Amino acid sequence: MRTMRRGLLVAAVLVLGVAAWAAVQQMSVQVRAGQLRATPSHLGKVAASVAYGDRLTVVQKQGAWYSVKDARGRTGWIHESALTTKRVVLKAGDADVAAGAGGDEIALAGKGFNEQVEGEYKAQNAEADYAWVDRMETFVVTPEQAVAFLAAGEVAAKGGAQ
Amino acid sequence: MKKRHLTAPAALLLLAALVAGCASVTKLGTQLGQGAGAITEEQATSINRSAEALEKTFADITPEQEYYIGRAVAATILQTYPAADEPAANAYLNELGQALAMASDRPQTFGGYHFLLLDSEEVNAFAAPGGLVLVTRGLVRCCESEDALAAVLAHEIGHVQGKHGLRAIKKSRLTSALAILSVEAARNLGDEDLKQLTADFEGSIMDVTQTLVNSGYARGLEKEADEAALAILGRVGYDPRALVTMLVKMGERVKPGGTGFGKTHPSPQDRIGALPPSLMDKRAMADPAARRARFERAVGDV
Repeated sequence: MRTMRRGLLVAAVLVLGVAAWAAVQQMSVQVRAGQLRATPSHLGKVAASVAYGDRLTVVQKQGAWYSVKDARGRTGWIHESALTTKRVVLKAGDADVAAGAGGDEIALAGKGFNEQVEGEYKAQNAEADYAWVDRMETFVVTPEQAVAFLAAGEVAAKGGAQ
Repeated sequence: MKKRHLTAPAALLLLAALVAGCASVTKLGTQLGQGAGAITEEQATSINRSAEALEKTFADITPEQEYYIGRAVAATILQTYPAADEPAANAYLNELGQALAMASDRPQTFGGYHFLLLDSEEVNAFAAPGGLVLVTRGLVRCCESEDALAAVLAHEIGHVQGKHGLRAIKKSRLTSALAILSVEAARNLGDEDLKQLTADFEGSIMDVTQTLVNSGYARGLEKEADEAALAILGRVGYDPRALVTMLVKMGERVKPGGTGFGKTHPSPQDRIGALPPSLMDKRAMADPAARRARFERAVGDV
C-alpha cells in the first residue's frame, strides 16, 4: 500500500512536470490580430500577423517578448499581452471541450460576453451610441505609421527600445 | 480511520495547488488524494468548487470579453458625452495614442487602442476596458504641447493596461457570468442562461461606467496610471515633466469637487505631490518646430 502511494505520487509529479513544460512550450493568440516582429521591441518591424486562436510554439523568452514559430513555420517576436497559456477554442463542441479539458485550460472564443449579448444590450439600451464606437474602431494607425509619426516629430527614446 | 487522513505529500500538493490558485492542478491533486484513499469524493468536490469560486475575478475575463465590455461602456458614455466629429483632431489623437500604446506594458488588446475627442468643455477623459479612450475638449485645452497631450493619453493607457475598469465590476456578477460560461462549454445557451448573462453584462457596464463617470478610481490606481504614463513617456521619448506642466494647467481649470476630473480624480496638486521630485526640474523642455506645428494644426483651436 505504502509503495503504491509512493508510486502514485511519483507519477503525479511527473505528470505535473510534463504539463508545466508543455504549457510553456505552446501558447495561443488571445487578440484579434497579433503582431510578429523581427526584433523583441515595440519598434521592431512587423513581419507577419497571427490570428485569434492560433497556436504558437515558444522558442525563447526575453523580457515581455516571446520568440515563436507558428503552424506555417513563420517565426518572429510577439508581446506577452497577445498570448495566453490557455488553448483558445473557436467552437463549442470542439474536441478539446468534448475531451473534458476544464475551463481553466481552455478559453472559448465567441462565448460569454459576445456579439449576441451585445445585441441584447443594444436592444435594451437604444440610446447607447454604438455608431460612434464602430466608427472609432475604424481609426487605425499601423505600427509603421506610428513609428513614422514619432520620427516626423523628432521624438526619440534616449535609452534602448523596450 | 486511516483513510480520513491525507498523506503528508498529498496534502502538501493540495495546499500548493490551492495557494497557486490553479484549479487544474487542484483537480489533479484531489484525484490523486481520492486515488490514494486519502480524501472522500465529497471532500474532493468541495475543494475543487472552492478553488474555482476563488478564481472568478476580473483577471478571468478574456480579452475578447473585455472588448465587448469596453464597447458597451464607451457607447454608454457617448450618450452623455457626444463625440466631436473632427477628423484632423481625431487622426492626430490616434497617431499619438498608438505610438504611446505600442510602448506600454500592454501593447496588444483584443480590438486594439482607439482614441476619440469628446465635444465637452468639462475637463475629463475615460478609458473604456480594452483600449477605447475618450478625451474631452476641456482636457485637451489643459495641454500646451504634444508632450503634455502625450502625458494625458499615456495616463489613460495606464488605466487600460492595469485593467482598472474591469476591477470595478462586482465579483458576484463575474461569478455568475463565468459559471454560465462553463456550462456553455458543453452545450449552447438556453433562453434563461442568455437572459442571466445579459443581466450580468448590463450590471458590469453599470459598475464600470459609474466608476468612470461618477465615483472615480481609488487613489492608488490613479497613482499607478501616472506611473505607467511616466514609463511610457520615457520609453517613447517624450519629456515626462510634461505630466507636471499639464497637471499645473489642469489645477487652474478644475474646481475641487466640481465636475469631471474635479469629481473623480485626486486634485492635480495631490497628483503632482506623488510624482518623483526629479520631474520638478524647471529647465525648458524641447519642442521641435515640426512637433509644435502639427500640435497647433490638429488641436490648436479645439
